[in-house]
Order: sequence, then C-alpha cells, then structure tokens
Amino acid sequence: MSAPTIAVLVAAVIALVLPFMLSNFRLFQFTQVFIYAIALLGLNMLTGFNGQISLGHGAFFAVGAYTGAIMMDRWNVPYGWTIPVGGLLCLIVGFLFGIPALRLEGLYLALATFALALAVPQILKYFEHWTGGSQGIVLTKPAAPFGLPLSEDQWFYFVTLVVLFVMFVLARNLLSGRIGRALVAIRDNPLAAEAMGVNKALYKSLTFGVSAAYTGVAGALSAVAIAFVAPDSFNILLSISLLTGSVIGGLASISGAIYGALFIQFVPNWAQDISKAAPWAIFGLFLIVFMYVMPYGIAGALRLVWNRLTRPQG
Amino acid sequence: MNVMRRVLMLLLVGTVGLATALPAGAQTPGVTSTEIKIGNTNPYSGPASAYGTIGKALGAYFKKINDEGGINGRKINYITYDDSYAPPKTVEMVRRLVEQDQVALLFQTLGTPTNSAIHKYMNGKQVPHIFVATGATKWNDPKNFPWTMGWQPNYQIEGRIYAQYVLKNVKDAKVGILYQNDDYGKDYRKGFLDGLGEAAKRVVVLEQTYEVTDPTIDSQIVNLKNSGANVFFNVTIPKFAVQAIKKSHDIGWKPVHLLNNVSSSLGTTLKPAGLEASKGLITALYMKEVTDPQWKNDKAYLDWVAWMKKYYPEGALDDQANAYAYSVAATLVQALKQCGNDLSRQNIMKQAASLKNLELPMLLPGIKINTSATDFAPIEQEQLAKFNGEIWQVFGELIDASKK
Repeated sequence: MSAPTIAVLVAAVIALVLPFMLSNFRLFQFTQVFIYAIALLGLNMLTGFNGQISLGHGAFFAVGAYTGAIMMDRWNVPYGWTIPVGGLLCLIVGFLFGIPALRLEGLYLALATFALALAVPQILKYFEHWTGGSQGIVLTKPAAPFGLPLSEDQWFYFVTLVVLFVMFVLARNLLSGRIGRALVAIRDNPLAAEAMGVNKALYKSLTFGVSAAYTGVAGALSAVAIAFVAPDSFNILLSISLLTGSVIGGLASISGAIYGALFIQFVPNWAQDISKAAPWAIFGLFLIVFMYVMPYGIAGALRLVWNRLTRPQG
Repeated sequence: MNVMRRVLMLLLVGTVGLATALPAGAQTPGVTSTEIKIGNTNPYSGPASAYGTIGKALGAYFKKINDEGGINGRKINYITYDDSYAPPKTVEMVRRLVEQDQVALLFQTLGTPTNSAIHKYMNGKQVPHIFVATGATKWNDPKNFPWTMGWQPNYQIEGRIYAQYVLKNVKDAKVGILYQNDDYGKDYRKGFLDGLGEAAKRVVVLEQTYEVTDPTIDSQIVNLKNSGANVFFNVTIPKFAVQAIKKSHDIGWKPVHLLNNVSSSLGTTLKPAGLEASKGLITALYMKEVTDPQWKNDKAYLDWVAWMKKYYPEGALDDQANAYAYSVAATLVQALKQCGNDLSRQNIMKQAASLKNLELPMLLPGIKINTSATDFAPIEQEQLAKFNGEIWQVFGELIDASKK
C-alpha cells in the first residue's frame, strides 16, 4: 500500500470511531472542523491551485448558510436539500463574480473580494422579510432519522462526514486531471498556459464558481449545525480565518484543508486557554511559528516527515 | 510491515489521546459543598469588544464575594470565554461551558444575536440562562422560555416612557425620529410608537435611520430640522449621539430632545458633544451615572470606586458598564443566597424569579427589582431626567412600566 492510501484509511477509521468515543460537545467541534475543511478545500482550489487570492469567502459561506436557513425556515424544505442548493446558488454567484474579477490580479482581486465580505452582512439586513434582519433566523437541529440510536450531534457528524468525503473525492478527481494541470499552469505562467490552448478566462471564472460552491455547501451545513444564522455570524474575521486556514494547512494540497480546519477550529481556543488577557497575541505567535517552521503548511511538513521516516535505512 | 506497525501505533495513540473522561455523576452539575460554577461569554475581541469590560468586572465582583466568604459557604468559580460577538462561536463556547465545564448556570451572556443563537439550546437543556446582557424584549417570555431571563429595562419599555412624556407635556408635538437600523433601534421605535398609540400617525412627521457603519449622520439631522419637528427622539449609540447633539446645536435646531439611555453617559456622550449643547436633553435613567458629579460624594458611588480600585484597577472609572456589571452581579448573588442549600437548577430559576423589592446601591434611589413566575423582567422602572448643563436632574415620578 502506498503512503497516502494508508493515511486515508487511518483517517477514515478514526473518523468512524470518534462519534462513539467523544462527548457530544467534542463531536460538535469536529463537525465544525469538517465544515471548515469543505470551505477551505474550495478556497484552496482558488488560491492554492489557481493563484487567485480571496479575502471574501466568508460572503459565500454566508450565502450558503442563508440559502439553507431560508429554505428550512420559510418553505420547510428538509435540510438534506439545502446543501446542494446552497452549493449551486454559490456556484452561480461565484461564477458571475468571477467574470468581472478576471480583470483584477493579485492584491486588487483580494481587495475586491474583501469588499464582498464587508458588504454581504449588511445586504442581508436589507432583505429583512427573508433574512430576519439582524435578529437572524432560529432553526431546529435535525434528529437522527429511522429511529437510529444516535444523538443529534452524532447524526449530523456523520452527515457532514459523508458530504466531506464526497466533496474531497470530487475535488481530487477534478484537480488530479487535466483541469487541475490547467489551473496550476494558469497560476504559474498564464502566458504559457494560454499558448498551450488553455482558455484562461473560462477556467478562472469557473474556478471561482466551483470554489464558491464548496464554500456555499459548507455554509449550508453550518446553518444546520449551529441552528442559527445572523449577519454577525459572518463577519470579516471568518473570511480571514478561512484564508489563514488554507495557508497554514498547505496551499495546493487537498489534505491541507483538514489540517487548516483543525487549526482554525482549535488554535484560537488553545490561545484563549493559555492567556485570557491576550488570546489574539498568542494566536499570532502560533501563526508566526507555524509559518516559520512549516513554510509549505502542515501538509507540506507532514509530507517531509513521512518521506524521512520511510526512507530506506542503512 | 514496518509501515503497518507505525500505522497501528498512530491509531492507538490517537484514540487514547482523543478519548475524554466522562464527568462523575452529581445532583446539580457545577455545584459542590464548596463551589458554584458559573459560565459566561463576552466579546473580549471583535467589533463589540468595548463591552468586554463587563465580563471582566463580573469576575472582579465575584472575587470580592469569594474574599468575603462566598455564598452560604460556597465560592463562585466564574468561567468566561470570548465569543467575539459571533453567534457560532457563542454556541461553541456555551456548549463547552454546559457540557464540558459542567457549569450550574449561565449568567450575563452578552449580545442579542449571540443569545438568540443559544436560546433554544439552553431551554432544551434546562440550564438557567439568566440576567442576559441585552435590552431585547424577547427574554421576558417565561411561558415559552422558562429558563431564560433578562435584567435591564428593555428598549420597548423605555420607548413607551418617552411617548408618555410627549403626550403629556408637548403641545402640538411634531416628532422626528432617528434610529439605528437594527433590532436595537427598531425595538425603541416600536415601544415609542406603541406608546403614542393612535396619535402616532398624526404626531410623527419624519423618521430617519442610519447604519452603524456610517461615518456621519449630519444629513439626517438637517432633514429632521427641515421637517419642522419640535420633538427629536434620538435612538443612537454614543458615537452618533455626540454627532446628533453637536449638529442640531450648530444648525440652531432646538427641539425637545429625547436621548435614549444607551447614550446617557456624561463621559462618553455629553462631554464630547459639549455640555452647553447638551443642555435640556431628556433621558430615562435607572442607574446612577458614574460620570455625573451629583454622585461624587454618594456612599454607593464611593463604595463602587473603592471596589474598582481594589478588584479591577485596570477598569475605567468613567465607564458605566463597570457599574452595570457591579449591579447585575449583585442581583445574581442575591438570587443564589435565596437558594440556601438547594442549588438545583429548578430552584436557581425559581429564586431568580422570586426577587422582591431588591434595591441595589448603584441603581437610582427608589428603583426596585421584582420578578415572579410570570414576570421575567427584573428592572421595569425608570425615571426621566433633564440635563441642566452640569448634572442629570431627575424629575417627575418613578415610572413603572409593569403597571399599565
């Protein structure tokens, strides 16, 4: 067996055993990790593979979450449907945003997406009839169906795990083939990529769309997991956390999304446990240390360690 | 083979490391013969971090109580986490408090959206969620949410008080309203319009709003002046209240100016706006304003200052939030004292709902806290006050919103 296959198997076994070993609170935290991981995967396609920086993915997260929340609250749609619909809507929104964003490179794109992240929470307030304004929408957490002997948290953990698995397989298939190569080519040398016949405009805006779709799926899941949405849930810190997570996890790495998600879920809490007075200073310290010790993110560092461990001894 | 062994080791270490010990069974979680565990969330970071001082001051008050021997021999173990005013973080932190830290009750969680996010959860879990730090009206709903209780007078009550004042005292009133475009502003507006009743359509001539992110509200003030209004209902947070007071003074608009309690601090609003320009403002108070010189020799004020200096020296003496925390913490201490030795969650809730004529040092003289099984609004009295250029001068009767 190859190293990556074993790693995936080990991760799968752990993920399936966890719900029966951890408290509901811990499961809720791991569900959050999976949700972040899906969003990070989406952002990673855009930033890591395609080289477009987005400071605004919190906005797509919000669109996904509100789509789900409104469907459940207004139309009593079962939560299962909200996940693909949230993703689809974000695909469209992301693709449309991607078209004008094509003209913007690097830092300018970062600023344009930053504006998006700032604007969305306010726009949500204007459509008060649908979004509940700043009061938000209160939802009900789904119970396990078919009388399964699982708690709400255990059940939704599995739901999220399945979605995560599907999204990862999709991403892997997408990125390991010619589409993935085209994205990387555009990132590394747009001119050469175009000379090879890659339709740069189309690929870039499609990447934006797919990336937004992933984040939208994560948003829809998050609405169910938290059972509440409000504009304050999607502040600018969310967008920045997502970018932080994708860099820390490892850019242009699929498994990096998981590590990044673990980082943005747990490290702020640890920072708070270490120092109540200056948690964000501690968090910043963590960030610097991580970047210094693991310049290719956690995924890059793990690859290095594994290579060293499995090197033939002698 | 080598690789497989490594994998097995990893698996073992992982599972052992992740398993968490189950808490030992007890009658009420978080209560022992020597301790009561209390949970709290506050925004120590993020957009609302100015309120974080409340969470810190609460801890300082409990330290004082513990130094004096605790409550019926039990020390308070106060655990507070940062939620940065983001509802998903509040849910996570509150679940940590309830499920992992096993607190007996949740106290003074701050913010309207943040408390909305945990409202159902707390009532589902049947854990006291009391004296929450928000002025929204929905916390007083004992029938549907018997485990949640507010503390401060809610915004609608206060809005109604101003309406009554206008109806009684202003002839040919023409009212202009400026409010923040969110639930806080809308609650005030609703209370005010409800209070005006039938007269509202005739009396209100113009309504203006602003977003909390707007840089200025100058144009709204000019519009209100041009509408010919002679009453200005000013529902703004301190930053905008300063602008509103200054601007209306500068353009020579002299309406009956009703300023919401949120911005009634001399230190943060009136002084920056100019004491001369602030002359004649009317507000509704329930606490002693710590920056108002009329209290500078008041015993309660001096006690508060002494406590601040001893237990919370890094806190600001001109921040009303620190007096607020001092008072609300005292309310909880009273409820827990009443519990005696029965610190079951049911009894904690029952005692929180059995406060009778509780007077607190930093509340205005005469204001009494009362709760019952059907009344989950602890403070429902306020008193109107007019700014005379130096101090808030209270006038008229104590207004009790619970009596209609």
